[in-house]
Amino acid sequence: MSRDKSTLLYAETHEWVDVSEDGGQKIATIGISDFAIEQLNDLVYMDLPEVGKSFDFGEEFGEVESVKAVSPLYCPVAGEIIEVHEGLPDNLDGLNDDPYDFGWIVKIKVSDDTGLSSLMDYAAYQKQCSESA
Amino acid sequence: MDQADTSLLSQTPLDQWHRDAGAKMVPFAGYEMPIQYDSIVNEHQACRTKAALFDVSHMGRLRFDGDGSAELLDRLLTRRVVDLPVGGVRYGMVCNEAGGILDDVLVSHLKTPSDKYYHLLVVNASNRAKIVEWVKQHLDDFPTVTFSDRTELTAMIAVQGPLAMETCRKLFSFDPSRLKYYQATITDQFSKPVIVSRTGYTGEDGFELVVRAEEAARVWENVMLAGRDAGFAPAGLGARDTLRMEAAMPLYGHELDESTDPISAGLSFACNLDDRDFIGRDAIAKIKADGLKRRRIGLLPEGRRPAREGCAVISKDGKEVGVITSGGPSPTLGKPIAMAMVDIDVADQTEFEIDIRGKRSAATATKLPFYRRPKTVS
Repeated sequence: MSRDKSTLLYAETHEWVDVSEDGGQKIATIGISDFAIEQLNDLVYMDLPEVGKSFDFGEEFGEVESVKAVSPLYCPVAGEIIEVHEGLPDNLDGLNDDPYDFGWIVKIKVSDDTGLSSLMDYAAYQKQCSESA
Repeated sequence: MDQADTSLLSQTPLDQWHRDAGAKMVPFAGYEMPIQYDSIVNEHQACRTKAALFDVSHMGRLRFDGDGSAELLDRLLTRRVVDLPVGGVRYGMVCNEAGGILDDVLVSHLKTPSDKYYHLLVVNASNRAKIVEWVKQHLDDFPTVTFSDRTELTAMIAVQGPLAMETCRKLFSFDPSRLKYYQATITDQFSKPVIVSRTGYTGEDGFELVVRAEEAARVWENVMLAGRDAGFAPAGLGARDTLRMEAAMPLYGHELDESTDPISAGLSFACNLDDRDFIGRDAIAKIKADGLKRRRIGLLPEGRRPAREGCAVISKDGKEVGVITSGGPSPTLGKPIAMAMVDIDVADQTEFEIDIRGKRSAATATKLPFYRRPKTVS
């Protein structure tokens, strides 16, 4: 499967969200954009949450660190972590090379839809990136 | 300074080159400076294995001409300056009366081609205005000294790395290997004057060049061209910081500040208390006699999570005993390193914990520096 970044939703804080349905339940797969990875540059460390923990929209759920700085990962939806990409912290090169497929970070069972409506589509996100670059 | 307020920032004479090379520019000490061109790690490795070029024009260059220059600097610096030979460079600190560090500096004693002698003081960009004021406050006692801030009229370029010598040999009208570590001279490149110092801030051999602002781009290009086949890379402030951390060189605002004295900072080698009087001498001597309260140490955090500046250092018995002053991943060692200021009663202990944003990491004390370049014959 190859994720098409132009069909994903984006948070202002550079997380991407891929929403799928599973038996009427919304599941959000979350990662960080190639723009964010390019800005961070030289990733060295990632701290991920435990399965079963719940986060509110906008709450910090982990950290990614580059040589220079720590960047919090903000939850772009509200819900419970149902899966964590365990191998990712040991393969940050993989995240660097393939942020949309290999580089997924967590899967979340969405408990509240309201956050989703505040996310941007690809065009709006691109506009934000071009303005901040 | 507010990041958005770039209208108040100065540009170095190499600003356009950085932008053309795709550098990521950030506000730093009143200047727009390149933090990286591509990858901090690649720039770091280029410096350790080949050579890297740094634009350090933001640093202050203050010139002292006339009789009494050495005596004035002798009073302001923790190192003796009156016996600094022509061609000599010394690292020292400017302290206040209480022994707090106002800045750490390099002083050079130089001779121009027309046989004029002067002293050049290189100060931190963030402290330039403060040191200029400090100097002016003490100038009245030395009426024959002419003091001028040469920062805006000049540029400064650092060429650092194992191949720096070989390349600089091709560039100047003299053989730079004649300079020993911490020596400087005024030479020329295509008939334009260049101050060449065998100094640097990376732990590598290399040179720092001071040229007229209008010559900066030409000199930078010449060094890049001469080193191109050898793999020279331009390097930004990001790599400069990881390199100096590995070499355990203190950075003002991190290891050093006005509430820290040179002895606690681990810089007693750069503080001559017994050969003369200078501002701060008595206070520093008293601190030394009374015993230090805290000391700088090196730490190796376990695992891969870097401990950054500001993280609390915890002793084995659970007490907060200090703070990380600089920390991050070491590209050369492939693991995190950190420097910390800790209470003197635990400064010789080996096991610590670090509170990294609410999570504890174990850390082991280690001797500084973290990295020392292999000895070579030169």
